[in-house]
Parts: sequence; structure tokens; C-alpha cells
Amino acid sequence: MMNERLNSQVMNPAQTRQSDFVQIIDVVKNFGDHAALNHVSLTVKKNELFALLGSSGCGKSTLLRILAGFESMTSGKILIDGEDLSRIPPYKRPVNMMFQSYALFPHMSVEANVAFGLKQEGVPKNEIQERVDDVLDLVQMRKFARRKPHQLSGGQQQRVALARSLVKRPKLLLLDEPMSALDKKIRQKTQLELVNILEKVDVTCIMVTHDQEEAMTMASRLAVMSEGEVIQVGAPSQVYEFPNCRFSAEFIGSTNLLDGVVVEDEPDHVFVECRDLPQRLYISHGITGPLGLEVTVSIRPERVRISREKPDQACNYARGVIKDMAYMGSYTLYHVALESGKVIVANLSSMMMGLNDAPGYDEEVFVSWSESCQVVLTS
Amino acid sequence: MKLNRLLGRWLPSGRTGVIAFPFFFLFLFFFVPFILVIGISFSEQRMGVPPYTNLTQIQDGVLNIALNLSHYQFLMTDDLYLATYLSSLKMALISTLCCLLIGYPIAYYIARAEASLRSTLMMLVMLPFWTSFLIRVYAWVAILKNDGLLNHFLIWLGLIHDPLRLYHTNWGVYIGMVYSYLPFMIMPLYAHLVKMDLALLEAAYDLGAKPWKAFFRITLPLSKNGIIAGSLLVFIPAVGEYVIPELLGGADTLMIGRVMWNEFFDNIDWPMAAAVTCAMVLLLLVPMALFQHYQTKEMEELS
Amino acid sequence: MIKPNKTLSSTVLGVGYLFLYLPIVLLVIYSFNESKLVTVWSGFSVKWYAALLDDEELVTAAWLSIRIALLTGTAAVVIGTVAGFVLARFGRFRLFTLFSAMINAPLVMPEVIIGISMLLLFVQMQQFLGWPAGRGLLTIWIGHTTLCVSYVAIIVQSRVKELDLALEEAAMDLGATPRKIFFSITLPLISQALVAGWLLSFTLSLDDLVLTAFLSGPGSTTLPMVVFSRVRLGLNPEMNALATLFITSVTIGVVGVNLYLRRQERKWAQEARLAFVEAAA
Repeated sequence: MMNERLNSQVMNPAQTRQSDFVQIIDVVKNFGDHAALNHVSLTVKKNELFALLGSSGCGKSTLLRILAGFESMTSGKILIDGEDLSRIPPYKRPVNMMFQSYALFPHMSVEANVAFGLKQEGVPKNEIQERVDDVLDLVQMRKFARRKPHQLSGGQQQRVALARSLVKRPKLLLLDEPMSALDKKIRQKTQLELVNILEKVDVTCIMVTHDQEEAMTMASRLAVMSEGEVIQVGAPSQVYEFPNCRFSAEFIGSTNLLDGVVVEDEPDHVFVECRDLPQRLYISHGITGPLGLEVTVSIRPERVRISREKPDQACNYARGVIKDMAYMGSYTLYHVALESGKVIVANLSSMMMGLNDAPGYDEEVFVSWSESCQVVLTS
Repeated sequence: MKLNRLLGRWLPSGRTGVIAFPFFFLFLFFFVPFILVIGISFSEQRMGVPPYTNLTQIQDGVLNIALNLSHYQFLMTDDLYLATYLSSLKMALISTLCCLLIGYPIAYYIARAEASLRSTLMMLVMLPFWTSFLIRVYAWVAILKNDGLLNHFLIWLGLIHDPLRLYHTNWGVYIGMVYSYLPFMIMPLYAHLVKMDLALLEAAYDLGAKPWKAFFRITLPLSKNGIIAGSLLVFIPAVGEYVIPELLGGADTLMIGRVMWNEFFDNIDWPMAAAVTCAMVLLLLVPMALFQHYQTKEMEELS
Repeated sequence: MIKPNKTLSSTVLGVGYLFLYLPIVLLVIYSFNESKLVTVWSGFSVKWYAALLDDEELVTAAWLSIRIALLTGTAAVVIGTVAGFVLARFGRFRLFTLFSAMINAPLVMPEVIIGISMLLLFVQMQQFLGWPAGRGLLTIWIGHTTLCVSYVAIIVQSRVKELDLALEEAAMDLGATPRKIFFSITLPLISQALVAGWLLSFTLSLDDLVLTAFLSGPGSTTLPMVVFSRVRLGLNPEMNALATLFITSVTIGVVGVNLYLRRQERKWAQEARLAFVEAAA
């Protein structure tokens, strides 16, 4: 499923322009003199599941509420399927939201909750019944139709909330931290279920989350936000493997960051002189930037190898002592202190090292990595 | 808050209409009357309907406005009036304090009772409140009389030989006030005490504080708002109380509510009664503003 | 959790409740006293209750009081609910301070002040507009309503503030206009507060003396007024009987409502727990 989504991202420009379903253009939102959103522009394609990822205060929830109509923009434009949203009050927009707390009406049954939106539209009674039944079947809540919200578990309430927001066939579906109210154990299963349902229904979806794992699992594309600005946009694998700055590299997953200076710059390779390493770093692709440019090189912990013998390569390795180990069951994180004092983190799966062979505290080891897994960051 | 902004954007006229409905009702029937009272306090008593003179008169094309200051002059110089105002304040203050001293422990122990018991206990406190005020005050008449139940009981016990003079004295008023207003003190106190986080007390004990110390340095300060709310809820109406001093107090019980009633109904001196009322309102302005301030603060904290 | 001293707690509460209830209990007991002298017991009798039924003045007054109380309850709830909703949801509009002051003031203001001011209003209105024509049921009703609107508004305001704003937003998101939201979502969810407000207004109106005295006219004597004029003169066993009837009905009402509410709560909690257990299985 993930691979399918990855492949579908490689589209030609003409196709791209065609399916720009939601256009968020230069949106600014000020609360007093605090800029919650600072010239944010994004496009979301039809039927895609787009995630806004960031920690609290980054503006993602504000943007969601502006899309829903509960907040107004200070300036900017939002178009859905070519239609300008700002002229439309929230109760007339082709947008529906699934709230973080689900917000199910406690005095109404599941059926009545789901039917509420259709009643406001003036849909005829028998059609309402049909559509409600269909969507409840979709989320597998049909047999709880008569129950009231307090008689449902958290997961069941979530499904009803989803059904309620889908039944109106909105052009845009908004999900506000969809998994935050659920137990950690059922989250993963629910994430995949949710994505399945959304794909079946063919709806364009924007979700907001602070959980990067959630964003990576569910979204086909995501935007990393911080302090009211969009830092990076792309498919999860893209943003993970090729972060565009320190913030993105550190926000998604964890990484080792080495500061250095570009000392040799060729079209097909680059040498970086690093303060913390005795050897230079060899990076097997070119970068844009002059000699002498100060850069940061990012290396993901799972790309770092640990060995007792000196590795057979001229660059991209160092000697150090294991200072800390965190055993996580399926993998172990090793914190290796280099001679310069810098600590490199290596993520080694338990499969790679038998328990007897694993290195221990204060043991001298070598850390090394390949020339192609490094990402050069200039900001 | 946000709904308010949304309503303002999409339905400006609807919103104003909704506010206007209760606003005009209260403005007409609560606020405007006050202006009238101020006005009437400057007129003069006369026979007829209505029993006061007009403030304005048009004579020979000249508009004359006559403001009679005699009532206010009298109020400010007459010893009896001054004594009555002071007495009302004093009695209200003492009643409030007694309510606080009796009500606080009750509210405290209900708040600290088992969760399942609390609502029953509070219901038992509120039950007298729902019963008629008049009936509850009347109940004390039979008890406090010279040949009443209390005196019978105390004489039977041998504690006293002559009956205590409580009925138709200030003491009767104090007892009646505390009894009637106690639920009004307990309610807000309980509401605040029950919200207090018990973990704070546990932390205090953990750090070595003895129970009484913890009470005075943690529980009491945290229930400050409840104390203020309850005290105002008792003090302000107590100042202008009429029924209790009338039924349980003596001829020498000076309370301003009673005086005003007598001016109005017995002397049919409406302007004088109006002046007394204005003075009462002035007296109560500061506590009422305080009450208003705390109410709005409470409501804002709720959201 | 640390518990307070059991003996101290029981003593304080015991004495407290004794103080609150002893006068009422004594009142009830002596309503069955054969003797006219309320404080001397001479035997059990229900003659004072029989006397109540024959007391025409009392019965007429009671009927008037009940009618006014019913009208007051309804009017106060209608006006007070809107006021409470405005206070809770409309933020700080222009004239908010005045509005909120007008709601809070009647809660504490001595009734003699409200009484004289409203009476003067009606007198002036009669002079200039010819309406209201004399004091009676209408003026009493308006007076009681003004007083009770405050209580209802406060109750509704705190209940509305408790409501999750997300519910109203969700309704709006699903296409309901603000008017529709108020009637389909807000009102049903605050219905309990409305009932409480109605009952409170009914009780306050039924029991009111001072305000009524100012606003009543010839032929509009309410029950509290009759009771007051009689007890002013001293003890009156018929009044004990009336008081007992009143106390009994109020007690049944309050306890009944409480039990009903508790049963509802328990049912809800049970159902919620069931759902949780089900889902875990």
C-alpha cells in the first residue's frame, strides 16, 4: 500500500496542475501581534491524504480551523475545487471535520448523529436512511445504530465521528489529531483501518497531527510546520531520507548531525572537513554551494554500523567508546562517544548482532557509514 | 468566544436581537425604576394619587424643576437615622460572621465526605432553602418566646431559672438571620472547597505540615473566593432585611429595611422612603460592585 | 487519600443538621397539637388541618399564589435562558457590564429596594400610559419575573459554559445555522438546568413576601401576605399546619428529583462502563 502511494507521487507537471484540488494561498493569521500563520501556501491533490505535522503552537490546528471556517484569515485565499472559501459561512462549506474529541451529540443516537448533517441539507427521509446505513456499514457500526455515544468505547466513537463527517460526501475532509484520544496499542491498527476506509470513499483529506509516526504511516504527502511556517513538503519517505534543513531532519525520526566546512566541491562528490572527526567526510553526490560553505551533515542512526575492527574505508568512520546503551527489544541504540567528545547514535537491530556478540559499556568500537546515506544541510 | 465572532460575521442582526430581548426587559423593569426612585426622593409628600408632588412644572412658559432636599438633609442630620444605618450594618456584619463560623466547618466536612455521600448531604442542606423563608423564621417564634420551647427546655434542665429574653430582641434577629442565611453561605463555600485538589494537602503532609497548619496555610487561602462570595451573598441582603427584624426583633431593633417599610406603608411618605432607599443603595454600592466583580471572575474561570 | 477526623466530622455535621432541622421538626410536631397554645402539648389532633380547608381567605390567596408562581416560572425561564446564553457565549459585547450587572444585582439586592422602585415605575406608567391599571396579578407577576430571571440566567450561564464548544462547532460544520444549533443541540443539552430554573423560580415566587407587598393591590393578596399578617400577631397553630403541608410537599419534591437524577447518573455510568468492557473483549 505504501509503495503504491510512493509510486503515484511521481507524476508529470501537467497532471500535477490538474489535480490541485485544495489551494491554500499565502495565508496569514494574526492573533494580536502574534503571527500564528506566516504566509503559508500549500496545495493538496484530489483524493490524497495530506498531513500537517508539527509540535503544538506551530499553526497546524489554526490552519485546519480556518479551512473548517471556525477562524477567519487575516489575509490570503483558500480555494477548493476552484471555489473561494472566504465567502462561505462554515455551515455552508463543502468541508467536514472529524473533531479530536469526536464531539458526538450526547443526546442523540448513533443514527441520529450521522443523519444530522443530511437533515440540515434537506435530503428526503428515505435517502437519509439509505445513506446513513451505507456509511455505518462502511465503518462497521451498523449494529450500534440505536446506541447513544456514552454507550460506546473510544474506538467506536471515533468510527461514528468518521461516519458522520463522511456521509455528506464533502469535497474536503479534515481530521483533527484523529488518534490522540485512543490507546497506544490500538492506534496502529486504527491508523491503517482509517486509511483503508478513506481510500474506499475517494475523499480528499487533510489531517493534523503532532505524532510523526502517525503522519508517516497514514499520509501520502506531508508538510512539516514550525512557528507558523511550512518547513518542508513531500512524501514521507522523501522528507525522511532527504530533509531540507536541521529542523526537518531532527523533527522526523532522530539523526546524527555533524557540523563541517566544504573543502572540495565537484559535480559528483564533495569533501567535508568535520571538526568532530579526524577523517574527512566523503559524500557521493554534488551539492549547490561554494567552497568554504558551512554545512551540517545528517546521518540517520540506522545507517551507522558498529565494528570492533577498523572498517575498510578511507573516510566516513571514527573511533569511539560506548557510553550508553538503550535496549528496545527489536533494536538497541548505542551512544558512542568519539575522541572529540561528540556522541554518535547508532541503531542496530537485534537481528544483526547476536546477544553474545553485542558490544558492552566502555568498549572501544568503530562507527562507520556509507558515502551515499549522508544528507548535506545548509540551514 | 469563537462562536460569538462567527455570529458577528454571519448574522449581525440576529445577534443584536437576541441580546436586546432580555436586555430591554431588565432595563425597563430593573434599571429604569432606580432612576425613578432617585427622582422621587427629591419630591414632596402630599395627599392623593400618587402621594408625591411632580418634580417639574410649567408655569407661564417657564419650566420649573423643584428638587426638595429636605429628606436628605434630615437623613444626614437625624441621630435616629444614622443610628439605624449603623445598626443595620453592624447586625448584618455580625450575622455574616456567625454564618461564616458555623457554615465553613459544615461546608468543609461535606466537601471532604465520601463522594457518594456528598450529594445527599448537600441536598439536606439545600432542603431548608427550598422551604419557605417565612415558615423558617416563624418556626423560631415558638422556640424563642419567653414561654417558648427553648426556655422550657433550659429551665427543665436546671441551667437557668428565669426565662431568657430572646424573642422580640436583637438576639432573636441574630438567630433568625443566621438560620435563614446559612444555606446561602454553605453553597458557595462548598462549591469552592469541593473543587480543591486534595493532592495539595497530601503534598503538604508529605513535607511535614501538621493538619491544622495545612488547613490554615493551604485550604483556607484557597477557599478565599468561596468565603468572599458567601459573605457577600449574606451581608448585602441582610442589611436591608425586613421580615426577620419584624417578626423576631423588638421595638428597639433598628434596621433600615424596617424603617423604610414604615415610612412607605405606615406614614405613606413615599419621598422619604425613596430617600432612605437611595441612601441604602449608596451604602451597598461597594459590596455590590465587589459581588459583581467576583461573579464575573467566577464565570470567566469556568470557560 | 487522607481522611478528616471522623469524630470531629460527625460532630460538626450532626450539630449543624440539628440546628437546621430542629425548628422545622418542632413546627411539624406542634401542628398536630390539640391545644391552641402552640408550646403546650395537650394531645394529638388534626383539627388545624381541617381548619385550613375552611379558611376561605387562605385558600383564595393560595390559589392566587400558585397561579402567579406558574406564570413566573415560565416567563423567567424564557427570558432567563436567553440572558444566560448571551452571558455565556456572546463574549464582551458593548454594554456587557451593564447587562451583567442587571443580572447579578437582583440576586443580592434587598427586596425593599426592588419593591419600591418597581412600584414607582408602575405608578408613573399608569399616570402616563394608563397601563398597568392598578396593581394586581400582572404587576406582581412582572416583579417576580424580574427577580427570578437573574437566578435562571446564572444557572443557565454556568450550564452552557460547561458545554463542550466542539459540539456546537460540529453542528455548524455539519450545516446547521446558529438558530438551528441553539434549538437542536444547546437546548436539549441544558434541559436539566431549565427545569431547575423553573422549579427555583416557582418556589421563589410562591414564597415571596416583601416584593409582593409593594406590588399588590386590593383583591390581590397572596399566600405569604396572609401568613405574614397572621404570624405578626403571634403564634398560630393553623399556620403550623400550613407550614407542615408545605414542608412535606417540598421534601417529597426535592428528594424525589434527587433520587431520579442519581438513578439517571448511575445508569449512564453503568452503560459507559459496559461499552468499555465490551470493546476490550
